[in-house]
Amino acid sequence: MLDLTADVLVVGGGPAATWAAFKAAQAGADVVLADKGYCGTSGATASAGTGVWYVPPDPDRRDAAMASREGLGGYLADRRWMARVLDQTSEAMGELAELGRYPFPRGDDGRQLRHGLQGPEYLRRMRILLRRVGVRVLDHSPVTEPVADASGAVAGAAGYRRQQDTPYRVRAGAVVPATGGCAFSSGALGCDVDTGDGAMMTAEAGAALSGMQFSNAYAIAPKSTSVTKTACYSYATFFHEDGSVLEGAGSQRGRSVIARALVSERVFCRLDHAGETLRRTMSLAQPNFFLPFDRLGIDPFTQRFEITLLAEGTVRGTGGLHLAGDDCSTGVPGLYAAGDAATRELICGGFTGGGSHNAAWAMSSGIWAGRAAAAHARSLGPHAGTRRVHATGAAGLRPVGKAGRADGHREVVDAVQREVLPYDKNLRDGSRPEPALAELDHVGAQARESLFGTARDAVRARQAAAMVAHARWMYTAAPARTEARGMHTRADFPRQDPGQHHRLLTGGLDEPWVRPLAGAAERVAS
Amino acid sequence: MIELVSADRCVACDTCVHVCPTDVFDPGTGGAPVIARQDECQTCFLCEAYCPVDALFVAPRTHPLPEHPDESSLRESGLLGSYRAAIGWGRGRTPGAALVPVVPLRDETGGRTP
Repeated sequence: MLDLTADVLVVGGGPAATWAAFKAAQAGADVVLADKGYCGTSGATASAGTGVWYVPPDPDRRDAAMASREGLGGYLADRRWMARVLDQTSEAMGELAELGRYPFPRGDDGRQLRHGLQGPEYLRRMRILLRRVGVRVLDHSPVTEPVADASGAVAGAAGYRRQQDTPYRVRAGAVVPATGGCAFSSGALGCDVDTGDGAMMTAEAGAALSGMQFSNAYAIAPKSTSVTKTACYSYATFFHEDGSVLEGAGSQRGRSVIARALVSERVFCRLDHAGETLRRTMSLAQPNFFLPFDRLGIDPFTQRFEITLLAEGTVRGTGGLHLAGDDCSTGVPGLYAAGDAATRELICGGFTGGGSHNAAWAMSSGIWAGRAAAAHARSLGPHAGTRRVHATGAAGLRPVGKAGRADGHREVVDAVQREVLPYDKNLRDGSRPEPALAELDHVGAQARESLFGTARDAVRARQAAAMVAHARWMYTAAPARTEARGMHTRADFPRQDPGQHHRLLTGGLDEPWVRPLAGAAERVAS
Repeated sequence: MIELVSADRCVACDTCVHVCPTDVFDPGTGGAPVIARQDECQTCFLCEAYCPVDALFVAPRTHPLPEHPDESSLRESGLLGSYRAAIGWGRGRTPGAALVPVVPLRDETGGRTP
C-alpha cells in the first residue's frame, strides 16, 4: 500500500481541484492531489470548454450581471457571494494569463478577452502550475472513503491506484473534496468520472447538502453521441420527425418542450439561424461540437439531425454540499468543498448557472477552499498528517448484511438510472416525485445491505453508492418544495410560493432528511 | 468510442495510457497500447488531442461500432488527427484557445443572425 502524509489532500482533478491545490501550495502547504482519472483530462470542463462569468469591475456592469439571472434562480442567490465570486474570478483569470500564460484571444483594442476558456488548454496549463508549486499529483487514483481521527475530524482519505493495482492512503490535516457533480453516468460529455464521490464521502462525515431539488438539468446532444455542448443550439430550429417545426422548443427556455416531445417521439434539429460568419466562429470556439457531424458526414447547418437530452444532474444543476462559511468549510472539521461538489445556489439560486457561472464558481470556491484547508492544516501543528486514523466509508465497502456479487454495482446503477434519467420522472412534469423516492429508498437499503467490491470493484461499488445517495437527496428534497421555483417545477404546484423563499438542506445516507435552512429567507432577501 | 490504435503510427509513448480519464488503455505487450476497456470510454476525444502522432481514432458514437473502421480510409478522409488539428495542438500550429473565446448566444426570442 502507498501510504502518504500531507498538509492538504485535494480530491478531484478539474478546475476546482486544481485551483484548490495551487492556492494551498502557494500558501505553504505540502499538497497531494488525487484524481480518479488524469488531472488535465478529467471532468466536464477538460473535454469541453466554457464561458467564464468574467465581468470587469465596473459597478454598473457588475450590478447588471448579478441582476440578470436572479429571477430565473427564484431569488435564492446571494448578492454578497456573487460579488465575491466576480472579484475572485477576475483575479484568477489574471493569474491564468500571467502565471499560466494562457493564450487568451485579443479584441480589436488589443486587450485580452477573458470570458471564455478552451477546456483542454485550460486544464493542461493548470497541471503545469501545480507542478511548478510542488503539488504531488496521483493520477488514476480514485478515493474510496474518508479516514477520520479519534475525534471524528476528517484526517485524509483512502483509495485505490487502478494502474498500479494497489490501495493507497493519504493522511492530511485537511481535505478538499472537489470531485465534481453527479451526472449518473448518463453519457454527458466528460461526465463519466462525475459520480458524486466527494459529496458522498463528505456527507458520510456528517455534512449537509443544499439545493438538491435543482438537479434536474439536461443537455442537448446529437443522438447516440456524447457531445453535450449547448451554445450552438441557440441557433437551432427543432422539428418533429415529419419535418414540421416543434413549436416552443428552444435551447435556453424551451428545453422542457423538447423533453416532453422525446417521451413519445423522435426530435430533430438544424442550426439554420447561423450565418457564414457565425459558422466560422462556432468552429473555432467549439471544435469538438463539430466532431460528431464531421465524422458522421452531417452538415448541421443544412441537414436535420436527430437529437437527445442527456441528464447532467448536479454537474449543471445547482445542488451540492452546503457551505457553512465564506471559506467553503462544510461544517465538518477539516473538510472544505469546492466546485460542482459544493452547492452553486449561492450564486445561481435555483437555476443552472450554465457553463460560465459554473466556471467562475469552480475557480473561486477552489481558491477559497484551498487557502482555508492550508490554514486549517497549519493550525493543527506538525503532526496533523501522522494522526492515528480509521476508515469510515459505509455503503459499498462495509455491507451490513451478506456481501453481494462483485458486479452488484451494475444493478444498482441501472436501478438509479431508471429513476433519474427519464425526463418525465425527473422533470416532474405530471408525475410526482414520491414513487421514485420510494423505489430509490429500496435500492439504497439493498445497496447498504449487500453492495460490496474490492480493488477496482470497490471503486465501482462506491460510485454506485454515491449515485444512489445523490438520487435519494434529489428526490427527498423535491417533494419538500411544494411550489415552482428556479428549475424546480411540479405539475401539482405550478406557481411560486412567497412562503417558500428559502433554501432546503438535505443529507443523511441511510435515512435521508430535508429541512429549510434556518434564517435563509432573511439572508437571501436583497 | 475509441476504435483504433494505429500500430503503424504509434510510437509507444504510452501517453494515451496516462491521459485517458477513464483508464481505457493498457500498455500491451506488442509495442502499441491496447484498448483494454472500450466499454468505459466516455467518447471525450482527449486521447486524440494528446497523441503526438495522430495514431488514435475515436468514433463519435457512444456504443462500439459493429466493426473497427478502416485505417486507410480514415487517413484519406483526414479524420485521423483532425481533433488535435482543430484545437491547434502540435508543432507549428496556433493554439485554438487563442482564436475565439466563446460562441455568442442567440436571443431565441428573435435576434438578428450575425
